[in-house]
Amino acid sequence: MSKFHVSTTVNGDSVEYLCDPRETLLDCLRDKLNLTGAKEGCGTGDCGACSVSVDGRLVCSCLMLGVETDGKQIETVEGIADGDVLHPLQQKFIEHAALQCGICTPGILVAAKSLLEKNPNPTEEETRYWLAGNLCRCTGYDKIIRAVMETAEELREAS
Amino acid sequence: MALDDRKSEFTFVGTRPNRPDGLDKVTGRAKFGADMSAPGMLHGAILRSPHAHARIVKIDTSKAEAHKDVKAVVTRADFADVPFKPGLEGEFWNVLENVMAGEKALYDGHAVAAIAATSALAARDALKLIKVKYEVLPHVTDVDKAMASDAPVIREGAADYSVPEGMHPNVVRYHESGHGDVEAGFAEADLIIEDSFVTEATHQGYIEPHACLGMLGNDGKGELWCTTQGHWIAQKTCAALLGIETSQLRVTASEIGGGFGGKTTVFIEPVALALSRKANRPVKVVMTRSEVFRATGPTSSASMDIKIGMKKDGTISAAQGVFRLQGGAFPGAPGDMTAMCAFAPYNLTNVKQVGYDVMANRPKQAAYRAPGAPMGAFAVESVIDELCKKLELDPVDVRLKNAAYEGTKASYGPRYERIGLVETLEAAKAHPHYSAPLKPGQGRGISCGFWFNHGGETSVSLSLSEDGSAQLMVGTPDIGGSRASMALMAAEVLGIPYENIRVTIADTATLGYNDVSHGSRVTYASGLATIKAAKHAVEKLCERAAASWGIPTDAVKWENGCAVPSGPNAGDFDPRPLADITAHMGSTGGPISGHFEATPEGAGVSFGTHIVDAEVDPETGKTAITRYTVIQDAGKAIHPTYVEGQYQGGAAQGIGWALNEEYIYGEDGRLQNSIFLDYRIPVASDLPMIDTVIVEVPNPGHPFGVRGVGETGIVPPLAAIANAVSHAAGVRMRQLPMSPPRILAALKDNG
Repeated sequence: MSKFHVSTTVNGDSVEYLCDPRETLLDCLRDKLNLTGAKEGCGTGDCGACSVSVDGRLVCSCLMLGVETDGKQIETVEGIADGDVLHPLQQKFIEHAALQCGICTPGILVAAKSLLEKNPNPTEEETRYWLAGNLCRCTGYDKIIRAVMETAEELREAS
Repeated sequence: MALDDRKSEFTFVGTRPNRPDGLDKVTGRAKFGADMSAPGMLHGAILRSPHAHARIVKIDTSKAEAHKDVKAVVTRADFADVPFKPGLEGEFWNVLENVMAGEKALYDGHAVAAIAATSALAARDALKLIKVKYEVLPHVTDVDKAMASDAPVIREGAADYSVPEGMHPNVVRYHESGHGDVEAGFAEADLIIEDSFVTEATHQGYIEPHACLGMLGNDGKGELWCTTQGHWIAQKTCAALLGIETSQLRVTASEIGGGFGGKTTVFIEPVALALSRKANRPVKVVMTRSEVFRATGPTSSASMDIKIGMKKDGTISAAQGVFRLQGGAFPGAPGDMTAMCAFAPYNLTNVKQVGYDVMANRPKQAAYRAPGAPMGAFAVESVIDELCKKLELDPVDVRLKNAAYEGTKASYGPRYERIGLVETLEAAKAHPHYSAPLKPGQGRGISCGFWFNHGGETSVSLSLSEDGSAQLMVGTPDIGGSRASMALMAAEVLGIPYENIRVTIADTATLGYNDVSHGSRVTYASGLATIKAAKHAVEKLCERAAASWGIPTDAVKWENGCAVPSGPNAGDFDPRPLADITAHMGSTGGPISGHFEATPEGAGVSFGTHIVDAEVDPETGKTAITRYTVIQDAGKAIHPTYVEGQYQGGAAQGIGWALNEEYIYGEDGRLQNSIFLDYRIPVASDLPMIDTVIVEVPNPGHPFGVRGVGETGIVPPLAAIANAVSHAAGVRMRQLPMSPPRILAALKDNG
């Protein structure tokens, strides 16, 4: 089967790849661009470990085809930090031990960043429902929710 | 270890620094199992049985082998070739049989063949070219039915010596223990309750599917990268299954995306190596989520009968339990563990427990956090709760009255050393949660839980650098922040900053054997090993300082990171900091390292008490957990934040097990819910904040008092939640999970 040529932007960099029409955006990020930060936990859009943002919209990259991303702006966990300065969410996750094994962390950070961009002052309930599409099996979510809400508070105070 | 050797005042231990691998984990840089690749790499895929039980009549791989993208096809025949280790036995044979089916497919999802091809898509496509002829056999997936006289036999001759005569061949191990005279004890009781309970199988549910990258040459030398809780067991097992020497296979553990006991054995690793040997190229194999559910270790399912007698004052006069655990198509269900743990929190005069290990047509069970203990606790603690209710006694007071303490003869035999159960119960009673008012429709439950904890074979190596920093190599994969704990313990002994210690999970070629990261053993055993290795290095540092001062080594002590002259020489020389000694180590005797290789055996048993509030919606049968408090003895919390994390994670998994998670098999013996949409683990919006109380009753078997904390946290939740739900719903729940349909049915039966 012939492959398709895709030109897109990932974390601000222009990239091109050839992909089979059956390959997902996640496959393309991981296998063609060597951006292995997004993880495949389920392949069915249930776990959120592959969360990325496409043109500002939070998506499960396992549910989007690679060929669909031509001309789009993609942001992955690798692009969250500003150079060597971590995003406040990243810093807070480390300080609060909001991760144990860390496999869900890239997806949760991408999803949480998307939440704070849309809602800088989320309630606990709003935070829990926004992150309900991101499974974590280690933490019981307690420290994750606290880290996200505290980051939101600090960002509000700083702005 | 002598008690007077135990430290009780700390500089670094008990603080909460950032984990050493934090940056890697929040930036996507950390390399997990599926994140590795190699030049010339092929992709593997595995063909799995669609039948629960079937004889494999013929496998025709010719079309697949002829395909241009396919570079290797393997079946069981490719594992039988074991030139210098002919005839696998025991657990190695069981693992091989599970990794690749032999004469029969034993469960839905059992591997029967595998392919390596030039891309993942090509490998998946080529699986369709393999033709397997099956003769479908009768199957059984339920534990009680698997023990019945008319049940299909999974495998003749699988039972060991422990099984009494007359049992069905599917019963493969039997356990009986206890002490006293239960009949006499029941005769003394004012109230006896006898009841039966059922729990369904659940999956560990780690978010990272099994993944590996293997390379094996026809010279018998290989490399394996895999996500595992123990790379030495992976090394040993893969070598045995492939017929190569253990030392010729170097295994590197990737970062591990959760395990909980489910990554303590091998599944795809020997397959990747066999494919690689045939194709002479590296082969990567990554499981899909559905493969994880169908073919890797879930827990056992269980059927249990409990009988407990209680006096009016709350004293338990006798207790007995029968625990039947279904562990899939292989021996190994922890019927013995369930039996031994079930009554372990209590100081009982008369107790008897029986456990059965039963085979059925399901995937081979694997450990899941305190394997076997949660089910037994659910049954026993439910009956105790019912006794308290009927006798109008406070459930914490009754547990305090019967609680085990130092010197108690445990239900499973030995006498306890210093333990912290009473302290957790007292903390529960004093906690504001226990006396907080409940709203209508809510119920409160409590439960105690016990787990043995484990030591295990352990090797650690610590080397000092010229600049005074330290490299620490441990062999237990870091699943939840253990590198931070190791660095804290090393810093405590060396007296150098936490940040100056780099902790690495060494590969199998770099360090001696290490048992798996299981049994809550990492902070205990690798921690003890780290302390000893650091002390070993400190001895050498003191020797160098003594030599430079011209005084005996025993006249030097180590204080705050410095060699200090002591005794008659005190004050004669300026203290020499660690970095001052290491700066000159090349010219004063050479490199300075410390080592530890042994099997620590003082793990120290662990207890916890949980309090939970549940609210049941009588219209939908849905349960909400409205408040949760975990109280557990950690001995000594090295990094309290990660201890809290273990408590919270165990509780969350317990909530899933109690309320929603279960393996659902159809009449055809096929698993019906093999994706996360249908096997729903708790999500953020399902849970409340989970409060924690860290009780610290030092373990006499560890220099800093550590008890493992990883597993005990999943033991009380099933029972605590069942008790809360039973109070909220006004009807005793005897089957898990307490899913909305089951609760509605129970409410209906209750009128």
